[in-house]
Amino acid sequence: MADAAAKIVDLDHVQYTWPGEANAVLNIPGFSINRGERVFLRGPSGSGKTTLLSLIAAVLSPQTGRIVVDDVDLGTLRGGQKDQFRVDRIGLVFQQFNLLPFLSVRDNILLPCRFSKNRRNEACRNGASLVEESDRLLQAMNLAPSDVNNKPVTSLSVGQQQRVAVARALIGRPPLIIADEPTSALDSDTQQAFIELLFNEVKAARSTLLFVSHDASLASTFDRRVDLPDINIITGSGTVPAVSK
Amino acid sequence: MIALAWKSIRNRWPTALLAVLAIAMSVALILTVEKIRRDARNSFTQTISGTDLIIGARSGAVQLLLYSVFRIGNATNNISWESVDDIKKRAAIDWIIPISLGDSHASFRVLGTNLDYFSHYRYADKRSLELANGELFDDVFDAVIGSEVAAKLNYKVDDQIVVAHGTGKANLVVHDKQPFRVSGILKATGTPVDRAVHVSLEGIEAMHVDWQNGAAVKGEATRADTIRQMDLQPKAVTALLVGLKSRAMVFREQRAINTYRAEPLLAILPGVALSELWGLVSVAEIALFIVSICVVVAGLVNLISVLLAGLNERRREMAVLRSAGARPSHIFALLCIESTVLTLAGIVVGVVMHYVLIALGSLFMQEKFGLSIALAPPDGTDVKILFTIAVAGLIAGCVPALQAYRKSLSDGLSQRL
Repeated sequence: MADAAAKIVDLDHVQYTWPGEANAVLNIPGFSINRGERVFLRGPSGSGKTTLLSLIAAVLSPQTGRIVVDDVDLGTLRGGQKDQFRVDRIGLVFQQFNLLPFLSVRDNILLPCRFSKNRRNEACRNGASLVEESDRLLQAMNLAPSDVNNKPVTSLSVGQQQRVAVARALIGRPPLIIADEPTSALDSDTQQAFIELLFNEVKAARSTLLFVSHDASLASTFDRRVDLPDINIITGSGTVPAVSK
Repeated sequence: MIALAWKSIRNRWPTALLAVLAIAMSVALILTVEKIRRDARNSFTQTISGTDLIIGARSGAVQLLLYSVFRIGNATNNISWESVDDIKKRAAIDWIIPISLGDSHASFRVLGTNLDYFSHYRYADKRSLELANGELFDDVFDAVIGSEVAAKLNYKVDDQIVVAHGTGKANLVVHDKQPFRVSGILKATGTPVDRAVHVSLEGIEAMHVDWQNGAAVKGEATRADTIRQMDLQPKAVTALLVGLKSRAMVFREQRAINTYRAEPLLAILPGVALSELWGLVSVAEIALFIVSICVVVAGLVNLISVLLAGLNERRREMAVLRSAGARPSHIFALLCIESTVLTLAGIVVGVVMHYVLIALGSLFMQEKFGLSIALAPPDGTDVKILFTIAVAGLIAGCVPALQAYRKSLSDGLSQRL
């Protein structure tokens, strides 16, 4: 039990095949992430990284196998429960186009609070208002709230947009943060700074980070690096999932 | 959700505005077409009542009705005064209003008649004509003018007016040697009476004293006093409005006049001729209505296409929304609300446009066709039309919403471009 509680993500013999395709894109005998861990998941393009994230985020359901996230067996969730589960427990950052162009920076950050009471309550736990919490996160992301809050989202640089997206993923302190190639649109100088900011706030929120990238050079600062081809045995090579430090 | 939808629309305002305009125009068009159709009918139906028969030279029933009552088009021939005398003598006939048309004053028709016109002519719900100012004509050179003539030309009682021969606008020969005096002004009726200059039959004869074969005789004009001494018995009139002692005799009298030997005449029942007219007009009405429906459909198709076209670039937005906890049903609702807001905005703008159109157009219609189109709140039919459009807009909005719903399910979190 203690072991299970220590894991925030636990995959057991998970297989996923895209509808209409003959071969499985994912076949993962076992993969888990511990609470508070910062995991770097690497894999070449098309290796099923985003598919794996969609499975963990309960957007897709595997044909076989069991996925437990934050002590919830995703297989037991139905339609709307999955959406509620996702917004309650997971903060997501994408490669780019994270923000809704028709909302202000603040409304973008507060978007999860619209759909999740948990996130709303958690964001205000320290007695701060939602607006104050949103501004605090902006500041933590090295963005001046007075500056960006009044700007249209589209006038921010890509780096600024990505930091706003992190602020949104972090608001309400979800236990799991999933970042899907969040740095690939950034240049190498800002990449490292971005990751540092991300680390700091994930730590402050006591969340777990699953960071996906094809660029192994970023992996050094993470607690653990996982190569997707190593845990995904679709080629039939039968290799035992390798977990590297 | 509504706040989200509203912000999303505001962000896309140029396309949203076009969609709203397309719907607004179709709404304005269909309402205006309906309104004009209804008011035109009303206006026509209100013009004459209490007249049992209209008699004119033999032509078509609709034509006779149009030129004698609505002053649209011209008579092809007249009724000789002998026939008028003969008809007057018939036992069944209660009253007769002779009408003599063919002259005009500043593009208003001049109507020669006698005092029976004012005592027997009825419009709308059997209302009779009333004077607003002055008195009925007494002298050969007196004229009683309709309210609109007075208002447009700014005439008062005792003003002098000059009548022109013919009814067109250009190159009229003016009967300027025998000016008329405005003796009275009628109250507004909302019928062609408002746009007529009424003079006595003798007056019509008087202004043609110096004319022979349609041309002015050269030389000194005859003095008005001399004319007053002359025999001004009219030789012919354009039409007769007839009231019978009993309505039961209407068909017998009609047949008698239609088979009158001395002159080819035509007697019509105004109501029958009017429905014959509607029969003719209804084809055009239906065509117009179908066209307006097509325009509404085009507006809605445009709405769908605007939303569908936006959908592809919005797939990212949908993925972002879903990552932030929006359910597929939220996304469906978001698009439905957007299309509903656009449709409702289109309807509101369309109704406003409709009233502006009516306000501007009613002047033109009044001047050109004498149709009085009043500004009125939307009636039952209008509400039904608007409701139908709103529902159709809602259904139309479901098409892209359903598409977005499906895509948001199958795309998951991947942001395909």
